[in-house]
Amino acid sequence: MKKSGAKHTVYLIVKVIVLLSFLTVVLFPFYWLFQTSFKTPRDIAQFPPTYLPNPFVWDNYATIFRMQNFGRYIMNSVSVSLVASFMCVLIGLLGSYVLARFDFKGKSKILMFYLITQMIPGFLGMAALYTMISKFGMMDKLTTLMILYTVMLIPYCTITLRGFFAQVPRALEEAAQIDGCNRVAALFRVILPVILPGVSATFMFSFVQCWNEVFSAIMYINRSSSYTIPVALNSLVLKYDVKWGELSAGAVISIVPSIGMFAFAQKYIASGLVNGAVKG
Amino acid sequence: MKSQPINKKKGLGQTRFIILMLMPGFLLVALFTYFPAIKGVTMAFQNYTLYTMRNVKWIGLKNFQAIFKNREFLMAIPNTLRWVGFSLFFQFVIGFTLALFLKAKFHGRGLYQGSICFPWAISGFLIGITFKWIYNGSYGPLNDILIRLGLVTRANPVGFLSDPKFAMPSVIVANVWYGIPFFVIMIQAALQGVSEDLYEAADIDGASVVQKFFNITIPSIRSVLILTTLLRVIWIFNSAELIYALTDGNPAGRTHTVTSKMLNLIMSEGDYGKASAVGVIIIAVMATFAAFYIAATKFEQEDGD
Repeated sequence: MKKSGAKHTVYLIVKVIVLLSFLTVVLFPFYWLFQTSFKTPRDIAQFPPTYLPNPFVWDNYATIFRMQNFGRYIMNSVSVSLVASFMCVLIGLLGSYVLARFDFKGKSKILMFYLITQMIPGFLGMAALYTMISKFGMMDKLTTLMILYTVMLIPYCTITLRGFFAQVPRALEEAAQIDGCNRVAALFRVILPVILPGVSATFMFSFVQCWNEVFSAIMYINRSSSYTIPVALNSLVLKYDVKWGELSAGAVISIVPSIGMFAFAQKYIASGLVNGAVKG
Repeated sequence: MKSQPINKKKGLGQTRFIILMLMPGFLLVALFTYFPAIKGVTMAFQNYTLYTMRNVKWIGLKNFQAIFKNREFLMAIPNTLRWVGFSLFFQFVIGFTLALFLKAKFHGRGLYQGSICFPWAISGFLIGITFKWIYNGSYGPLNDILIRLGLVTRANPVGFLSDPKFAMPSVIVANVWYGIPFFVIMIQAALQGVSEDLYEAADIDGASVVQKFFNITIPSIRSVLILTTLLRVIWIFNSAELIYALTDGNPAGRTHTVTSKMLNLIMSEGDYGKASAVGVIIIAVMATFAAFYIAATKFEQEDGD
């Protein structure tokens, strides 16, 4: 290294300090939620607040599972998110493959059609969608959320996946077609394995978006047996007397899977976004 | 895999194939995104509220007139500029700095990146709830930390969300916290693509760190920076979850942005007509950004890498 020793040391110290302080700032809110979920209501209401639960209790978790039927909400969230992210990736794969591999009239219009959806404020269509959904008799159904979430993510999936397809050399599928695969078979048997990391990252990103979605869920789900986790949390917030302990226990449960998926997939999500460039 | 002849009638077959593959996505988005949105635009010119659903009338521009007389909406305009401007600025600068620090490999870099990604994975709604409590004037930890540092006295804790002076800045700080990881990850991914050869060549020429930054780093990732920034502007502009959960516009409508006011008109007042009018205004603003966006993407394609 040609950098002078002292200068380099100073740089390293600054770097470590900056990185560590930022890490603290990022992690503190998570730590706060986490430790609160193990506190008693009395402990929670104290000021000055304590930074470790004393006594350490599991009551908040026990309460949300026993009183709030949280197990059911988790199942609802899991099934809605799984189905919707699977569907949007599948539909996205079909469309993006064609958009990446063929030149045809109206191709840029299709791309615009998807890009514009990202700029429309989602709440604009809410009232019309509400009337539509109640007319179809689709209120309080998890299927409704599955459809809406799929639709919400189709543009993102299509555009991101197109970026991944573009990286695959054409020779690969030409070889597959000579081999006798038809186009769709070539897509799923030959190209898909190559872009699988990107596809799984897209799937995980979509899953987390569905898992986190609040407003549609609040609008279209009123019956508590169909609650997803965010709706359940929202109903805890709306109560006159917010039960922070239970709320943070629910929040911790809802955060863990998304964090796990993102930590795993972030690199691919970023490269997908850099390539296809839609929204965050 | 059996081999079979592949000289099918290319032209028509191919067109049909393209249409079939695009159809599912196109139809679903048209039906569930565009149709309601277009209907929403027409509501902007109707007295469409929860209470007049059975007797909706066309009322011309009255919703727009009412909105521009609405105190909370008028306050929301400068708030929106601050919300977008400050959020973007700090997210970008802090994110860029961190990305530069993370460029060189070091022990535990992957773990570090994974950890600072956490905020990206959770919803604005949950972040709003969490910060609401961290900011709390009577038992929130932020006040406690400031008291311990001697910056605030125990008798006068800061009302981060209740004091009109602090409310909007506090909301923006939460949003900055939320958005930094996105920039770190995006810029870092872009930086990985910059060829090391360029830096080595510059080293031989004796270029300084600053020169390398402005002459190599910035130009190499310019297209990514432009795109990420514009996308982020649109995203920040359109996001209202965090504000909904954190303050829902309080105190007295001082922390509403245009978008959160629109949400508030729907969720609390059931006034879809006025909400739609706000939505139409938002679309007009977005269209301006879209123009930039398209220019930027075209620019990137011509750049061609």
